[in-house]
Amino acid sequence: MFNIDFTGEFAAFFVFSAIMISGAVLMISLDKVVHMVISMAAVFLGLAGMFVLLEAEFVAFVQVLIYAGAVSILMIFGIMMTKHHGGGRERAKPLHETLAAVSALSLFGILFYAIRTTAFPEPQPFQAGEDNTMAIGELLYTGYVIPFELLSVLLTVAFIGAIVLAKKEAD
Amino acid sequence: MLPSYLTVAAILFCIGLYGALVKRNAIIVLLSLELMLNAVNLNLVAFSKYGVVPSLTGQIFSLFTITVAAAEAAIGVAILFALFRLRGTVNVDEFDKMRR
Repeated sequence: MFNIDFTGEFAAFFVFSAIMISGAVLMISLDKVVHMVISMAAVFLGLAGMFVLLEAEFVAFVQVLIYAGAVSILMIFGIMMTKHHGGGRERAKPLHETLAAVSALSLFGILFYAIRTTAFPEPQPFQAGEDNTMAIGELLYTGYVIPFELLSVLLTVAFIGAIVLAKKEAD
Repeated sequence: MLPSYLTVAAILFCIGLYGALVKRNAIIVLLSLELMLNAVNLNLVAFSKYGVVPSLTGQIFSLFTITVAAAEAAIGVAILFALFRLRGTVNVDEFDKMRR
């Protein structure tokens, strides 16, 4: 079933996935909100390493910049600007938590079954190009110009909206 | 290698789903959403290398997803600030009215 040869890629994959999964589990189980954000930063960095393994260097760089940099800092600012009394003590709701755990586990079961039973055909060799960033840039400005421009409009609108929402109303 | 990557992505997605359903703190719910989006990104990039026809398109899609997720995080935190000013709390189960 798991016919895996122990190459360098597999060792690196194992290390990164261990970092990511332990970070995610810590994020769920830790008590203080700031610690949760820090463990999420570990997940983001592990994912960036995994992108490097998959020969997606530019996406890995963007991942570090946007997630490990911007999103983590944004969340920490969000924690600092809001009040958290009692270290985020969770009120126990056993039925709710059990239902959520059962649904998440059953979803994972379905996904795992689907992944294990699918016969993935042998891929053709992957050409990342000499320069990954250059290849992505060329593709972005030839085949994907319209989504790219739409996305820039979306970003502008979203950030102006965020500023308007977060601004204190001048009364 | 492809099934291993897909399995890791599925584990991350399910942890994110559990966190988004269970946690009361709105910031942690937002973080769980980011975790789920990251799992999707991992799938896209894995298929862009190990899919039947490997190409850079998966990486482009993951860049688009990252952009939309960044916009979503900014909007989410802004809405959280507005709600915090109105209600004085960030617990999602106390945000149950559309009006003040």
